[in-house]
Amino acid sequence: MTIDSKEMDPVTLVETPQAAEPGLFQSFLWLINPRLAVGLTILTVMGLGSFILPLFAPADPSVQATYMRNLPASGAHWLGTNALGQDIFWFLVFAIRNSLMLGVLVAVGVTIVATTVGLSAGYIGGRFERLVMLIVDTFITIPLLPILIILGSLIRGNTSFFTVGFIIIIFGWAWDARTVRSMALSIREREFINMARFSGANTAQVIIREVFPYVMAYTLVGFINTILFAINLEATLAVIGLSKVEVPTLGSIIFWALNYNALFTGHFLWLVAPIIASVTLFLGLFLTSTGFNAAFAERRGVQ
Amino acid sequence: MGALVYIAKRFGLYLAVLFIGLSITFLLPRLMPINPVDGYIGQIQSRANGALSAEAIAELRDNLENLYGLKGNLFTQYVDYMKRIVFSFDFGPSFTYFPQPVSQMLMAALPWTLSLLLTATVIAWTLGNLVGLVAGYFHKKKAASILEFVGILLYPIPYYILAVTVLLLLAYVFPVFPLSATFPVGQMSWEKVGMIIYNSLLPGITLVLAGFGWNILSMKALAVATTEEPYVIYARLKGASNWTRMTRYVFRNALLPQVTALALSLGMVFNGALLTEMIFSYPGIGLVMRAAATGGDYNVLYGAITISIIAVATAGLVIDLLYPLLDPRIRHK
Repeated sequence: MTIDSKEMDPVTLVETPQAAEPGLFQSFLWLINPRLAVGLTILTVMGLGSFILPLFAPADPSVQATYMRNLPASGAHWLGTNALGQDIFWFLVFAIRNSLMLGVLVAVGVTIVATTVGLSAGYIGGRFERLVMLIVDTFITIPLLPILIILGSLIRGNTSFFTVGFIIIIFGWAWDARTVRSMALSIREREFINMARFSGANTAQVIIREVFPYVMAYTLVGFINTILFAINLEATLAVIGLSKVEVPTLGSIIFWALNYNALFTGHFLWLVAPIIASVTLFLGLFLTSTGFNAAFAERRGVQ
Repeated sequence: MGALVYIAKRFGLYLAVLFIGLSITFLLPRLMPINPVDGYIGQIQSRANGALSAEAIAELRDNLENLYGLKGNLFTQYVDYMKRIVFSFDFGPSFTYFPQPVSQMLMAALPWTLSLLLTATVIAWTLGNLVGLVAGYFHKKKAASILEFVGILLYPIPYYILAVTVLLLLAYVFPVFPLSATFPVGQMSWEKVGMIIYNSLLPGITLVLAGFGWNILSMKALAVATTEEPYVIYARLKGASNWTRMTRYVFRNALLPQVTALALSLGMVFNGALLTEMIFSYPGIGLVMRAAATGGDYNVLYGAITISIIAVATAGLVIDLLYPLLDPRIRHK
């Protein structure tokens, strides 16, 4: 069986438009590719929208019985109200804001821990590296959800939204640390590292000044991936009722909708709205991270 | 010799992972500021309308601490815990279904989880890799980017969204499946088996979709890179057909990293399976965990987490031990 192909044909690529006037943006233009553009647009719209709109919210959407229950979508309530008497549209806006905020906070924590652990393990090497990598591999291998379910059921009710974020940081750093370490490994052997060491720089100085700049680009990609991971994990916990479900997040909406049998009562907007919002947000984050990755790879000449 | 060293190293990692995993399971709940025994005593006290005397409570606390392995200092507890799990696989009794042993409950649920998970993973992995291979091998064609787009669209969507969407589409909009499935237990008949398979389709579809996207994307990336390798170009110049090049040259080589990736991602796949079971009320470990979490049945939770760690670590070990059979480079080193 043969499949006729025209693989010798020239590849048709979308030409990236070249900016005519030089300016501040010129130095960043190499970054832009179609994926990144779409991803960043989604993130900007959702990010700005979810942070600015709450200033105009008519009432706190997490308070129950503010409105009549189960109203259909109308001019006053764009997505209707739910079985708890909350406005679904405003609940969703607050949910996106809270989820994003949690995601960014966790990503900051994870990136700091993962970069520190990964860089020091990769650069220092030896027994220290083997021990660290054993712990990292264990954290990667053990299924996270059961552990989180235990913690969730132990601290449920007595926790703040931020404790949930803190727990996610504890369990989320291993993957990134592994990647950063493998990058540090390859940089360790370069000539300029020896140069720095012979000029009297100590371990911390070499790691921060010489190795870190090479890992920085990946750190950005990892940062965005971690936002995605954190939002997902919190939402997963919320869907099974083990996060702080009173706080609006992308998961807690679905938790309440499932708990009040939105499907049986035919209240499908309550479920469809958060699903569409989440999928759009996740797609935006994913496109941004792979877009950055592709841009950096192109610059390094790796394709 | 290379293979023996490889196996020994891998087995050492397996033991280390089990040890650290069990230690974490032991330590974490004990570091929490909440003591489950207090909770139970409160529950029993309120059921008895506060009629328990101080002595009765002390005795009760003693019994409960025994049942939960909370006697003595942290070190003796730890030794005790390891001994019980390693030698007799004993997690104590369930609190909600007292005095049924936890290990018995979990052993009843494990086959459900494993059969669903295995079937779904094999299907998702095979389909995803085939689609990824086609998308990667023909990456210069327009149609290939549509295949990749499917992957991009599916990959970032988490399990819970996929599960709810599948439920919404296939049970609500197009009512092909029941909104809440029932799984018959007890004596099996052909009719019951058919019903189980039919009702397992929804959670199965969810798991397949979730694994599908990732496999497409990573296989595509690998296939693109492999297509540029000199030996593939040589095969083309030699006159090997497109089909031969794709299956015998690109596929076989791109498959190896995918096997490793499967072993590494098992933990995540398992998480997804647990969650899917909870949402679809599928009677596996996930559902047991959910019931235990809402009822505060901690022995069951600790048992379930231990079984999860053992299952995932063992599956990873099996895959990695099969690896030398696939990759001759390890055998002949």
